[in-house]
Amino acid sequence: MDNIYFYEGPSGPWELVIGLEVHAQVISKAKLFSGAATTFGADPNTQVSFVDAAMPGMLPAINEICVEQAIRTGLGINAEINIISVFDRKNYFYADLPSGYQISQYTRPIVGKGYLDIELEDGSMRRIGITRLHLEQDAGKSIHDQHPDKSYIDLNRSGVALMEIVSEPEIRSAEEATAYVRKLRSIVRCLGTCDGNMDQGSMRVDVNVSVRKAGAPFGTRAEIKNVNSIKFLAQAIHYEAERQVAILEEGGEIQQETRLFDAVRGITRSMRNKEHAHDYRYFPDPDLPPLVLDPKWVEEIRKGLPELPDAKKARLMAEYELSSYDASVLVAETETAVFFEEALKYLHPLNKKTAKLLANWLIGDVFGALNRESKTLETCPVSSAHLAGLINQIEAGVISGKIAKEVFSLMWETDCDAQVLIERHGLKQVSDDGAILANIDKVLNENPAMVEDYKSGKEKLFGFFVGQVMKAMQGKANPELVNQLLREKLEK
Amino acid sequence: MTHFQNDLICLTLAEAKKALSQKEISSVELTEAYLGAIACNRHLNAYILETAELALEKARESDQRLAKGEARPLEGLPLAIKDLFCTEGVQTTAGSHILEGFKPPYESTVTHNLKNAGSVFLGKTNMDEFAMGSANITSYYGNVINPWKRRDGKDLTPGGSSGGSAAAVAAGLALAATGTDTGGSIRQPAAFSGIVGLKPTYGRCSRWGIVAFASSLDQAGPMTRDVRDAALMLEVMASYDPKDSTSSSQNVPCFEKAISKGVKGLKVGIPKEYQLEGMPDDIMKLWEKGAQWLKEAGAQIIEISLPHTKYSLPTYYVLAPAEASSNLARYDGVRYGLRVPGKTLDDLYENTRSEGFGVEVQRRVLIGTYVLSAGYYDAYYLKAQKVRKLIAQDFELAFQKVDVILTPTTPSAAFAIDEKPTDPVVMYLNDVLTVPANLAGLPGLSVPAGLSKEGLPLGLQLLGPAFDENVLFRAGWVLEEAAAFKSFLER
Amino acid sequence: MSLDQETIKRIATLARLKLNDDRMSSMQQDLNHILHFIDQLNEVETSHVEPMAGVNTPSMPFRKDVVNDGDRVAKIMENAPEVACNMFVVPKVVE
Repeated sequence: MDNIYFYEGPSGPWELVIGLEVHAQVISKAKLFSGAATTFGADPNTQVSFVDAAMPGMLPAINEICVEQAIRTGLGINAEINIISVFDRKNYFYADLPSGYQISQYTRPIVGKGYLDIELEDGSMRRIGITRLHLEQDAGKSIHDQHPDKSYIDLNRSGVALMEIVSEPEIRSAEEATAYVRKLRSIVRCLGTCDGNMDQGSMRVDVNVSVRKAGAPFGTRAEIKNVNSIKFLAQAIHYEAERQVAILEEGGEIQQETRLFDAVRGITRSMRNKEHAHDYRYFPDPDLPPLVLDPKWVEEIRKGLPELPDAKKARLMAEYELSSYDASVLVAETETAVFFEEALKYLHPLNKKTAKLLANWLIGDVFGALNRESKTLETCPVSSAHLAGLINQIEAGVISGKIAKEVFSLMWETDCDAQVLIERHGLKQVSDDGAILANIDKVLNENPAMVEDYKSGKEKLFGFFVGQVMKAMQGKANPELVNQLLREKLEK
Repeated sequence: MTHFQNDLICLTLAEAKKALSQKEISSVELTEAYLGAIACNRHLNAYILETAELALEKARESDQRLAKGEARPLEGLPLAIKDLFCTEGVQTTAGSHILEGFKPPYESTVTHNLKNAGSVFLGKTNMDEFAMGSANITSYYGNVINPWKRRDGKDLTPGGSSGGSAAAVAAGLALAATGTDTGGSIRQPAAFSGIVGLKPTYGRCSRWGIVAFASSLDQAGPMTRDVRDAALMLEVMASYDPKDSTSSSQNVPCFEKAISKGVKGLKVGIPKEYQLEGMPDDIMKLWEKGAQWLKEAGAQIIEISLPHTKYSLPTYYVLAPAEASSNLARYDGVRYGLRVPGKTLDDLYENTRSEGFGVEVQRRVLIGTYVLSAGYYDAYYLKAQKVRKLIAQDFELAFQKVDVILTPTTPSAAFAIDEKPTDPVVMYLNDVLTVPANLAGLPGLSVPAGLSKEGLPLGLQLLGPAFDENVLFRAGWVLEEAAAFKSFLER
Repeated sequence: MSLDQETIKRIATLARLKLNDDRMSSMQQDLNHILHFIDQLNEVETSHVEPMAGVNTPSMPFRKDVVNDGDRVAKIMENAPEVACNMFVVPKVVE
């Protein structure tokens, strides 16, 4: 296998084995099995139905959209859709689990095997297998900081639909793990099935980590819960790998256990609540008949899928000869791709050259400015149409690339069209032969010694003359024309 | 109490409906008669909660509607509701300490349907805790006494789990009642109390708002004075309910119309496996008599085989406790009902559940937890699901040959409360003839058809194909006419 | 199969039931009677039988994605034994 990563220990290298369980909150108005709302941040227990509070005699009824979203996601990760799937009850007592069981899918998930292709920094590709995707309910929230010896329970999240997406244990490094999560996130966002907001908890990652000697069977794994950012994911994996290698190097044994990532200290720690060994007693939920899908519906959903990041990347590379790196950046976030493709519509002419120029400006100047001001494309002061307008002015020779940077700064501050700004600030490039020739003559007359030197072979001085002419014309001269006319003049 | 009032509580639902519509009586009169009877019979302990004021208020509303000619199908008719049905703003306990004081902020679909049809609720009837029992002795609110007496005068059980509803209908403490049947909880107490009890096809009545015992087996149904009343009640109780994913969208026919259609040409199956070893003579004889009555009315009697019958009870005692162990996990002292404090959350759970659940419920929760636990799931739970399939297939094959099946409802008549078996398994045997219909999801009707040697009521059970309650009403009515059984009130 | 007291205790913990020693032996006897009764199922040949989870409903009906519930915090809380700030209150949970 390519790309095997190792942790060096005193006894030699250790291979890292990682499997990820991503919990992605389904985008839907109502919950998976009740008609209560799913919006984030509502007042406690205001988005709770009698079903979500597990009142006696309450029964679940499934939300069609949640099923559709799971199918869309399944298709987006190249997976088989199971026409018959079953909901099971996972039984355990917990403060934020009002019914004493979570409705989930155990033996027969709605989505079976699939895969994701991830691209690593060195440009290499890896295919990571996906074991399954299933639908399940989210739990409520326990709030521990309101009272010294009480916990408060808010059930607003109770019953919100989650997709649990389980990878094969085929991930071999923190880099691959983060690339996998980024890729998955870009897909679900593109599909509109999950908003991918890790800081609001709509995407959470449980990480299974073990280490082994190359070729050896899998080692005992630890599960790290609730890793809620991509940065923490890498930290958690590094910490956990080092912890396990250290234990094994000292002749110890890894405990199969659940650990929590402590973001403040950057470490993982064993969960304290281990009084009861879990035995989830899964069995088919007798309140819910099997979920039987109409294959025609699945086909309709497949046909209605948007262009996914991989396909979009391939198309951008083929149509505009963009580099793999540029194309990857453009498709990584749905907003970027949308912005780029929207801007393409305003390019005149639309060709490989202008598209490439647009990509450079978006990835370079626009992203740079956004980063400096902690903005996102959604709050970007320069619209896609205005950015395209700027490219058009460059392409038409109205301004030089250099002046364009100045125009861009003005656009950023004023939200005006490039053409208007160029006019207003007199930034138009001078392409008038007479004006340029007059300035060339002036520069040559002022520097007779240099002209002599040039003519006697110091050809490097050509650049100096160009610079002086441009300076004399406040940078607005058409640089190509300056080159051409100056050369003609000096050759005489 | 006037003689007239005594007559009032002897009416059937259909008779009372007619008397109301012809303005011979008012709903308030009728309701007061029942409230009076309830007050005189508190020793039976049929009701956990009486809702006299609410009932009279509803009765007055009904009288106004009747006067305006706006009567709904069950307008002004006083009913008893098993305390397993959640009733909005009215305490619902499921017979358990753990739900004492719980007032649901919602109304179950079945009781909603009954209310919408104009009926008057007299109160909530006693029952075995969480419907787990066959003698109404597991109720936290005390056992129910059967109005029938044996010659030795001992207090008898009305059966269970719908024992309060059965005793209420038998003793004239309600015109009719709702029950629920998971393994025989409508049919067995109906048989013990000399009334009609119907467990409809699984999915016929919505389970929404009924405190769950075993979700794949639970089904609500009517408990009534006669077969016609059962048809009238079912027509109102049954509905497709999108809130219950297991509720059926099958059309609800006019059941009352089926009653008088007779049984001419019907094929009636007699399953030989229901002849239990040691079944009392009087029950065997009644069964033969029942077959004879149907034959005389034009039916053809055919012996059939349901070979997996003997495995019904063991199957049931895996599946029902398994589902119950999960369904009852929500009673944890956090959101409603009893809370017994504890230092930690787990202490709170354990204290609440150990004090809130009675012994039988705890037994079943433990069995259910065990059969689902790691390492035992396949041997018990999965095995039972497979045997359930075989039992259902037995019926499928049988109904290719016959239209309806006739069996006794119970293997014995009502027993004395102080003679209750101490071994739970012996108690479970009460349901041996009723459980198969629950496992197969089929409708079953118990009709009082005769008396035991001790002078106690005995029931005959009719089983039909899924969603064919009509065939039960047809055959049930023939049995009822032929048996001319005299109810407790008529004696 | 026969249940020993240790197994019963483990199951009781899973079910959050507390079995005091005085109730243990009668419970053990009852449970073993029931299990012995259930063991009859082993007589049935089921190797080619599909397990049956439910009856009469071949597939799950769908609900539309409409918000038509919630926003009734008072009713959700009205039966609760202990409430603060519109939340259910339990002894501190340590993770």
